[in-house]
Amino acid sequence: MSLTGALPILITAFLASMVEAIEMVTIVVGVGVARGWRSTLIGAGAGAGVLAVLVAVLGLALRSIPIGPLRLVIGTLLLIFGLQWLRKGVTRVAAHGLAGFRMRQPEPQEWTGEGIDWTAFVVAFKGVVLEGLEIAIIVVSFGATTNRLDAAVIGAVAAVVVIGVAGAVVYSRVAQIPRSLLQLAVGILLTTFGTFWSVEGIGVDWPGSDASILGLLAVYLLTAVTFIIFERRHVLGYATAA
Amino acid sequence: MKVIAILRSWVIGFFRFWYHFIIGDDWTIAAAVAMGLLLTAILNARGLQPWWTMPTVAIMAIAFSLRRTRRRT
Repeated sequence: MSLTGALPILITAFLASMVEAIEMVTIVVGVGVARGWRSTLIGAGAGAGVLAVLVAVLGLALRSIPIGPLRLVIGTLLLIFGLQWLRKGVTRVAAHGLAGFRMRQPEPQEWTGEGIDWTAFVVAFKGVVLEGLEIAIIVVSFGATTNRLDAAVIGAVAAVVVIGVAGAVVYSRVAQIPRSLLQLAVGILLTTFGTFWSVEGIGVDWPGSDASILGLLAVYLLTAVTFIIFERRHVLGYATAA
Repeated sequence: MKVIAILRSWVIGFFRFWYHFIIGDDWTIAAAVAMGLLLTAILNARGLQPWWTMPTVAIMAIAFSLRRTRRRT
């Protein structure tokens, strides 16, 4: 199985999208519970439409760019995103273990007027577009670089659907998903692919070609575990001293 | 004048959004990635195979960023 084939791309896009989808769904469900569902779902649908257009336009535009510079730019972007997620994941797992995503409980202010509740619409729209923008960029990046936009889109849509259904059925359960651990896993994956593609984009050959992705994955996993142990010691030391 | 002020705030807001979106809350990570890629390109141009440079820089960037975060908190 190729490490830049459909399945690894689908899994990476699924996991990466899941992290952002948790926030997206908690915003949308929170607004829906607080203000009513009709305007919230219209706002969320409009946001999803904007993202779909963005993915289609960017996906088509990136096809005309040569693969070398494309891998350098996209790899650099993924590497920066990945390292940020990795750092946040290490810090959060060290501090809170596998705790879920903390969120405020919405205060019910059900909209009773006629027509669209613009507050619900705008909050849901913004939630979907802003949280989904990172998903869109990751999907387009992975899709364009490996020529597997279909697999990346399927992975992302599946993640949003899974979290969306979970959010609709059991609202409180979505908040209990260990987001910090997911963030850490995705940070490791994005850093791995980002390193591989950015260096390859410069023109450097990796020893073992695609197989070196596994080596990078192992190195970054070990790095994350080591840093978590160090950070955990610091957090526990601080707590004991206090 | 009011239109110029509105346009100015939009342009500033646009760039601020993309800065926070890409660079995030610690600019040192993006700076380290840029320096690492530059170093890789230089070593590659000299005929070496510097595939090890970027993973090394990435690990150092995380360590430095974690230290910065710890100091801030």
